[in-house]
Formats: sequence, structure tokens, C-alpha cells
Amino acid sequence: MSVVFEQIFQVGFLAAIIRIATPLAFATLGEMFSERAGVLNLGIEGIMLLSAMAGFTAASLSGNLWLGVLVAVLVGALMGALHALFTVALGLSQHVCGIGVTLFSSGLAYFLYRLIFGQQSVPPSIDGFKPVPIPLLSDIPILGPAVFSQFTLVYLAIIAIPLAAFVLYRTPWGLSVRMVGENPRAADSAGVSVIATRFQAVILGGALMGLAGAFLTMAQFNAFTFGVVSGRGWVAIALVVFGRWDPWRSAGAALLFAFVDALQLRMQASGLGHIPYEAFLMLPFIFTIVAMAFMSRNAVAPSALLKPFRREER
Amino acid sequence: MFRLEARTSTPAWFNLALPLVAIAATLILCSGLIAIAGAGVVEAYGVMLSASLGDSYAITETLVRAAPMIFTGLAVAIAFRAKFWNIGAEGQLLAGAVASCFVGAIPMPGYLAMLLMALVGAAAGALVALVPATLRVKFKVDDVVSSLLLNSVIYYALMALIEGPWKDTFSGYPISPPIEDSANFPVLVEGTRLHLGVVVALIAAPLCWFLIARTTLGFRIRVTGENPEAARYGGINVQRVLLSTALLSGALAGLAGVGEVGGVHFQVMSDISPGYGYSGIVVAMLARLNPLGVLPAAIFLAAVMTGAEAMSRATGVPAFLSDVIQGTALLAMLVALLFTAYRIRRVGAPA
Repeated sequence: MSVVFEQIFQVGFLAAIIRIATPLAFATLGEMFSERAGVLNLGIEGIMLLSAMAGFTAASLSGNLWLGVLVAVLVGALMGALHALFTVALGLSQHVCGIGVTLFSSGLAYFLYRLIFGQQSVPPSIDGFKPVPIPLLSDIPILGPAVFSQFTLVYLAIIAIPLAAFVLYRTPWGLSVRMVGENPRAADSAGVSVIATRFQAVILGGALMGLAGAFLTMAQFNAFTFGVVSGRGWVAIALVVFGRWDPWRSAGAALLFAFVDALQLRMQASGLGHIPYEAFLMLPFIFTIVAMAFMSRNAVAPSALLKPFRREER
Repeated sequence: MFRLEARTSTPAWFNLALPLVAIAATLILCSGLIAIAGAGVVEAYGVMLSASLGDSYAITETLVRAAPMIFTGLAVAIAFRAKFWNIGAEGQLLAGAVASCFVGAIPMPGYLAMLLMALVGAAAGALVALVPATLRVKFKVDDVVSSLLLNSVIYYALMALIEGPWKDTFSGYPISPPIEDSANFPVLVEGTRLHLGVVVALIAAPLCWFLIARTTLGFRIRVTGENPEAARYGGINVQRVLLSTALLSGALAGLAGVGEVGGVHFQVMSDISPGYGYSGIVVAMLARLNPLGVLPAAIFLAAVMTGAEAMSRATGVPAFLSDVIQGTALLAMLVALLFTAYRIRRVGAPA
């Protein structure tokens, strides 16, 4: 009997980690692409919120979840384009623009949500994505039910990680992204359009942030609330640094954070926790700040991060 | 034909014109949302204006709202002047609120409590701001990200307090115990919420202006921000200036939290700041980082927030319009700032 209980406990716990990690993985990969091209996107928190809201609304009105995902991705890409317009095309300061994009997108998300759904005591919910077990793989003990009986979006995240690594390290476009993030002047001399490449990377990043938002309102919570993102964008900012701007490490960092988060939820639920759960939630931020102090000596951040590129300035 | 040309200098009237242009553009852009919501644009903005600045009570409410944003606006303006990128005013405000609430709950004579609340709250904010500044000076850590991430650390620390040792055992709500009645900041106008802290905020702006424009430290802050190489060459200890700026900036943001505890809420809860730290960035940019400009900029944002609630009741347009206005104003101001670097010049056809 206790063996069975233990089994369920572990499977449920593993499954929870995967579910918590999925939106973080999307968001972290999105922020990573943007930063590798030299553009810090602090708009992430607001972009995730607006995408989450737009995707939820589209799914709720049309009854089609995948249409919701598409809308969320498009809205994310659009807000990425907006951030790129300000920071890449106009060369405005990235951190202030990012805060502007977050304030603007969050405000718009709250406004439109209230306009469309009005004030309701119980937030409207949708019939969200259902787990889709993969034949054969889902029969593997423990790993099967935990990893291979998940939402399609989870599988998409699992595929997105090696795909992002491949795109970044093995394709000409990925090389361009790394070049414009490290040495835009040299990239420009080599005939790479710094402006175009940065635009593409920030837009792709925004689309991935949109996927993260879509997962929150259409798979994880099946409803939109004003606190649905609640700092996950800031977590992604930390995870990118902690993952040293690398897709594999960043995704690993997301998994690690998800483990800590799942652990704290479990401790809270069991009532065993003598340690306040907030201590766990603080960890990724504290770890990242400490890690930054150690990393700065090796200078692993993209060299041109935060620096606008103007061709005429030499 | 028109052409963008680099500017070498900007006329002084730009400082006033640019924010006004940005605000006008913002209100025009946001009027689209009012129209989508099915209300009259003129009516909605009219209600907003009369409910925030239309009578003396409304003005006091707007000023009460403006006070924390004056402090965070000053905090950001001074930090950005030295190019210390303090995105952490939100966390510094929360630290100030927690520290002052702690002190305010200790029984002691009222005036002493208020003084100590201000001192301890400012010190708490300063200490938090010192972290990203020290990391930057000692380890070359990017201050944008470290100061931003600290906001989350402080927020969870606050939550741990109000859901842990501070939790109200009677009601079970996650709120701190109230401060002593004697520590409540005196209300200056009977029947309003206009408290002593608001006046302190209004005085703080010209004091900060004086500090930046007329003192040696202010000079060092400006030179460090404009040209750190020249500052170093001129014998200024740039690292020390950055640390002093951080202390000053954090203390100001901490005072924003003190005012909210002592003058408005009298205790600490999770939503004690609806993002006043981030609003401080909007305020500082609208003010063109001039401490005197922080006053009208903060009052503008406060008027939008106060007015939005009345507008929502009267016209049905969601009050969240104020959040959209805030974000749009920041982005519009950033675009307007391009005109300080470039000018549009008409160029004739080549002869």
C-alpha cells in the first residue's frame, strides 16, 4: 500500500515539475534569443500577461484552444516587434523601454479583459488542454505518466530546447544572432544586417513569451486572473543569466526552479513546512544575483547587450 | 525632402515641451481605448480631470497619491543622473515600508516614532539599493538586472513576514499589525487624507534639485553620469559617487514606503504598492531627470490614477485605463527624447 502511495507521490511530483517548468522554459528561451542578439527585453512580464489574456479571450470566444495559442503567439511577436522598434530601430535605452512595454502591455491586458468579461466574482474559465499520452512512451514506469502523459504544449517545450540550441549554434541565422549580440560592428562588416537580425530575434523571443502566456491560461490555470503571470517573467530574466545565455543551461535552470517551486507547493500543502514557502520562491533571484557576481569575471553575457547599434556612429 | 540630423545642443524649452508633447500623444492614443469602450472621449477625460483636480478634496486625494511617486520619481531621477540604473525602487519602497512599520508599532512618543520611522525606513531603502551598486562597483555586475531581481526578493521577504510572524492571528489575514495610533502621521486638513508625509514629499523635490544642481555631490553625480572618464580624470572617485547615489536613491524610495505606512495604510500588506516603484521610472523620465520636474510629473500620474476610478464609475470605461496611460506615457516620452538627439531638417534638392 505504502509503495503505491509513494509511486503516486513521485509521479505527481515529477509531473508537477514538468508543468511548472514548461512556461518558464518558453519564456526563458524567448528572453535568451533576444539577449543573445544584444537586446534585453524587460517587457517579458507584460508580454506574457497580454499574450495570456489575448490567447484566453480568443479561445474562450471561439471555443478553439489552438486558435487561442496562435493569437497568444502573434500578440507576443507583435509586442516583441514593438520593443524592437523602440530599442533596435530607434536605439532607445533597452531597460527603460522594457519597463515601458511591461507597464503598457499589463495595463492593456487588464483593460481589455475587464472590457470584454466585465467584473465577475468568479473569473470565467475555459475547458483547457487535456493531457495527450504518447503511445508506448507513456507506459514507461514513473517517467511515462510524469513526462509522456502531458499537454501537447509540454512536448512542444521539450522539442523547443534542442531546436533552440540547434538554431542558435548550427544555423547561419543563429550565427548572425550571436554575431550581432557579441560584435555588431564586425557583423555589419561581414554583411549581416544588425537591425534586421535583432528585429527577428526579439520578435521570435516575443512569440516564445506568448507561448508561455498561452500555457498559463489554457493549460495550467484555464482562466485569466490579474496575477496569472505573477513574476514569472522576472524569473525568466534571472534564469537566462543563471543559464549563462545557453539554451540547454537555461532550460536546465528552468527545471531546477520548477523543482524548487513544486517542492514548496508540496510542503505548503502538507502543512509540514516550518520554512516559509517564500524562502523557496526567493531562491532563484538570490542565486542569480550571487551567480552574477562570480560570472562577471568570465564575462559570459553577450558583449553588445544593452548597447544600441547605429551604423553611422563609428 | 526632410532629413534627420544629429543635434549638438537642445534648447531649454524642450524640457517643458517634450513631456507635454508626450502626454498629449498619450491621451490621443488612449482615447481610442475610450472609444472602443463605448464612451465619449471628451466626457471621460472631463470626468477624470474634475475628479482628480476639480475641487479641493479631489486635489488632496491626488496629492496623497502623488507623494509616493514623488519619492520614487526622485529616487530614479537621481540614480539615472549618475547612470546608476536603479530599477529597484519598488523593492526599496517595500523595504522602507516594512522597516517603518516595525518601528511604528513600538510604543513611544508620536513625534519620536515618526522621526524614527522616516530614518529607519530611509536606511532600509538605502541598504537595499546599496546591493546592486556594490555588486556593480566591486564585481562589475549589471545593475539593471540585479536591482530588478532584488524587487522580487524583497517582495517575498515581505510576504514571508505578513504570512508568518506578522500574520494577524485573530483575522488570519496576511497583514502586519497596525502601527501605534500616536505614530500615525497627522492629517493637515480636516476631513481629508492629506498627511504630513505629503508635505515632506513636496519639499523633498526642491531639496533634491538643490542637491543635484548646486552642491559638490550633485556636481559629482552629474559628471559621473555624463562622462565617467572625465570624472575620473578630474579626480572624482566614481565608485564612491555611485555608492553615494545609490544610498540617496534608495533612501528616497524607502521614504515612499514610510509615507504609505505612516500616512495612508498604517500597516503593511502585500499590495501596499501598486507598482509605485515602476511608476517612479515613468515620473523620472517625464521629468527629464530633473527633480523639480518630478513634482508635476508625479501629480499628473496621480491625477490619472485618482481620476480613472471616477471615470470608470461614470462612464463604464475600465479604470485600468490609467495603467495603459502610464505605460504609453513612458514609451511616448522615450520617443520624444529622440528630438533631443536629432532634428528634422528640410533639405533642398541638390543644385
